[in-house]
Amino acid sequence: MKSMPYLYAAYIATWVIHGTYLVILARQYSRIRKEMENLRK
Amino acid sequence: MKRGFTLLALVTALLLSFALYEALIAAPTEQTMGNVQRIFYYHVPSAWTAFVLFLINFVSSVVYLIRRNPKADLLALVSAEVGVVFCTVVIVTGPIWARPVWGIWWAPGDIRLTTTLVLWLIYISYLVLRRFSTSGRTPVVAAVVAIFGALDVPLVYFSIWFFRTQHPSPVIGGGGSLDPRMAHVLLINWAAFMCLAWLFSWTRYELEVAKRQVEEAQALESLLEGSR
Repeated sequence: MKSMPYLYAAYIATWVIHGTYLVILARQYSRIRKEMENLRK
Repeated sequence: MKRGFTLLALVTALLLSFALYEALIAAPTEQTMGNVQRIFYYHVPSAWTAFVLFLINFVSSVVYLIRRNPKADLLALVSAEVGVVFCTVVIVTGPIWARPVWGIWWAPGDIRLTTTLVLWLIYISYLVLRRFSTSGRTPVVAAVVAIFGALDVPLVYFSIWFFRTQHPSPVIGGGGSLDPRMAHVLLINWAAFMCLAWLFSWTRYELEVAKRQVEEAQALESLLEGSR
């Protein structure tokens, strides 16, 4: 039972890493979209 | 194209949910380590996924050096970046698993741990080179770095076969015995992570294509403005 926090920590850490990468991709996407719109103007 | 992406995203979400249920609830509890052993279902498939991505990076880099195909260069960049994400998961979950089982976060000098850390650092260096070098020769230099970096992958994988380490022996194909139900859960999690890696790679590839198009258009625009 004492080891349960380690199990949760490992699973949460995994999803934080993947979530962070997803946020980075989303921000890059919105920046490129803005630049594309500026070029069209 | 968009339909295929949506379908892949849906399949990935379903598989990841099912894999999480299998890892935390359905898989049998290991007798020695108890529930903390369930970290295995995230740690090992993440490592395998990173190895597959670094292999793709290696092949793409070789193809780029031979044919100078920009698509191969793009694939090399994308696979390295997504590979680093999965390798980060391995580097982070490893010590979290080691602490309750070995009593230490990290075993200094252990060959499996050290070679994995070196692998991660090599690909971080590769990404830094890609991000900050402005030379036209960057893809060529990066491809060479990637080929040298890939040499560390078999070293990481086979280190526990040939050296005595703190890290346990391989559970599949290395003389270890894994409960078939655990092997089943392990493979489901690997499939889920491979789908996630595919989804990340697809998104990153499309982003890089769009980014290069924008950069070309901006360069053309400034050229036209300069000639006026």
